[in-house]
Amino acid sequence: MADKNPFPGENNTGHFWDDNLRELANPAPRWWMIGFWASIIWVIVYSLIYPTWPTLDSFTKGLTGWTQISEYQKGVEEVEALRAEFEEKIAGMSASDILADEGLSAYTEASAKVLFGDNCAGCHGSAGQGGPGYPVLVDDNWIWGGTVENIEQTIVLGRKPIMTAYGEILKPEEIDELAQAIVERKPMSTPLFLQKGCIACHGMDGKGMSVLGSANLTDAIYRFVPEGEQTLLDSVKYTIAFGVNDPNSPSARQAEMPKFGDRLSKEEIKKLTVYVHKFGGGQ
Amino acid sequence: MTDDRQAKQDAAVDELYEEAAHWHVNTGDETIHAKRIPGKWRNLKWLSNALWLVFFLGPFLRWGDRQAVLFDIPNRQFHILGITILPQDFWMLSLLLLFFAILLAVVTALAGRVWCGFFCFQTVWTDIFTWIEEKLEGTPPKRRKLEKAPLDFTKFRIKAVKHTLWMVIGLLTGMAFVSWFVDARNLWIDLFTFNLGPTALITIALFTAGTYALAGFLREQTCFWLCPYARIQGVMVDNTTSVPTYDFHRGEPRGRVKKGQKEEERTTGDCVDCNQCLAVCPTGVDIRHGQQEGCITCALCIDACDAVMLKLDRPVGLIRYESLDKLDGKEDRPLLRRPRVWVYTAILTLAISGIAYGLSSLDAIEIKVLHSRQPLFVLQSDGSIQNKYTLKVLNKTTDDMDVSISARGPKDLVIVGAEEPVKARHGKVTPRTVFVRVPREHVLEETRPIVFRAEGRDKDGQIFVSERENVFIGPKP
Repeated sequence: MADKNPFPGENNTGHFWDDNLRELANPAPRWWMIGFWASIIWVIVYSLIYPTWPTLDSFTKGLTGWTQISEYQKGVEEVEALRAEFEEKIAGMSASDILADEGLSAYTEASAKVLFGDNCAGCHGSAGQGGPGYPVLVDDNWIWGGTVENIEQTIVLGRKPIMTAYGEILKPEEIDELAQAIVERKPMSTPLFLQKGCIACHGMDGKGMSVLGSANLTDAIYRFVPEGEQTLLDSVKYTIAFGVNDPNSPSARQAEMPKFGDRLSKEEIKKLTVYVHKFGGGQ
Repeated sequence: MTDDRQAKQDAAVDELYEEAAHWHVNTGDETIHAKRIPGKWRNLKWLSNALWLVFFLGPFLRWGDRQAVLFDIPNRQFHILGITILPQDFWMLSLLLLFFAILLAVVTALAGRVWCGFFCFQTVWTDIFTWIEEKLEGTPPKRRKLEKAPLDFTKFRIKAVKHTLWMVIGLLTGMAFVSWFVDARNLWIDLFTFNLGPTALITIALFTAGTYALAGFLREQTCFWLCPYARIQGVMVDNTTSVPTYDFHRGEPRGRVKKGQKEEERTTGDCVDCNQCLAVCPTGVDIRHGQQEGCITCALCIDACDAVMLKLDRPVGLIRYESLDKLDGKEDRPLLRRPRVWVYTAILTLAISGIAYGLSSLDAIEIKVLHSRQPLFVLQSDGSIQNKYTLKVLNKTTDDMDVSISARGPKDLVIVGAEEPVKARHGKVTPRTVFVRVPREHVLEETRPIVFRAEGRDKDGQIFVSERENVFIGPKP
């Protein structure tokens, strides 16, 4: 540092390096200072209004008492208030009454989508399109009946049909013959259908009985669709041979709908009933 | 370095800077106080300014029981006289924007920055603001004097009145703008009863502050440094563009008029270097340096120069609308032989016919069809294939309407869920889910076109139809 300022009058700080390299005491530009002070004022005003500073065990609450969680809760309340109007109406109605009202069934359809996704989509697919081994809900084939009451009962109580494994009861040729008739959708064309007692569950006409959950063997929809390279005929033969849910047949087809009566509230079941009924084939 | 080389270099530097010696860029350190003089272009400017009255008064026009032009954003309806446009017709807006963008281009290519000089809100508002300033504070020299004078009561009174008037104009501007989006009469009632909603309040406040700052203080600085269109238009101008131009062949060498000098003995050009063109320029540029970024081509310098020429009995038009080519003695290329004119005209025609088509074919009802994707199709127990569709019926009329739905496409199709007509709410979209079933033997391809038809009848018995094509999807055959 020089004792004598060799550059008088240029407003330097008196700090010199290498003879002429020096630090000037120029003020910061005005726009910068305005921004600087405005930012400081901003911080002060902000910290007065909003929660800002941590204290030992808490934080300053700010004059408005605003918090993110209260804003979120307010938002939720707003949505609940919007829904309340519909929810109140739905509360006193049966599923069939809701279906009869276009506006309410549209509301129910929209609000039950989440319920379906949480509880049903795992097996039946996100849009009710079914999955390998699980029934399609968007067609018009209802093994346990497609009325509002049937659907509600299915959800509440669950379903578990039983079909005996015939692999050791029937001869392979007999299974072949039955399977062939079923693939042709004419189960009655073979006398075996009657003789071997198939009609006990599948009915005299082979159209199944919804109270028993027995499949309609005359329509185009098969409860168990072929998997991989399997043909439809092989698939049908497999079902006949190993049965469905037969406790004595370890390779039996598994088809069980769990009960949701104790998991979901009555209102939720009602909404799901409407939702499933509107899928496309409700009766 | 030898002295010789040094001298050479110095000369080069001198020459270099000499070219830019006159160049002065005003970055706002100097307030432009432009002189106002009467003239042909001044009158024209008042006329073009007056066009903005539409902006202020337009919202008060009524059409039936509603505002004639109302951009009703909350209800998503845009009323223009008898027409109601819904967001679904908004593609026309892009054509409208295209039309105006190209109109700007074509006008600029032919006659320079006409938009800037005559119609731009920045120019017009600044003109009105400085007009008020002149009425209150006097001519430019008086204004400069007042600026320097110490603040006493008179100065305070004048300034207070001026700034109040400016802010009132700002407020009116904000009110006028918002009036296009809400009911104008209610807006004024709300203003005086302090019932303005936050959106209106903030918009009006922004407009008031913006107008006050931009027209009161920033003025030509906006055109110089803020406005992108000024620069964009600058590059649209070429040698064939007719802009206010100083005829330097005639004017140079400029020189002051000497009293008593005979006209025949004059050695100088027609320019008497009176600087009137500079004095009247609202952006403070010297047109004698040629067309430049600061020039908004408002032609006020033409008025000024012509007035001086008339006084001195010299021919007018020393500054006039002229292209550089013509000034240099070249023939003006005829309008029809300029490719830009053709291209721009083609685009303009395209845009305007698109809008005309759109407006003439505004359907009263419109359906949209969404094919359900999950699953794409469903096998039914009778072996038929079912597809699910969500139909969205838009009713643009002012009354609810029953709309019946039908479909045609694959043979023997059955449509389920359309037995009852859709009760289409007015101005809204009403959804309806339908199923279409087609017997397996007629599902021959993976996708087949299917056309949905919506037919509605209003209370006068007029029938409206809207059709929409979609696909029917089946399994691989």
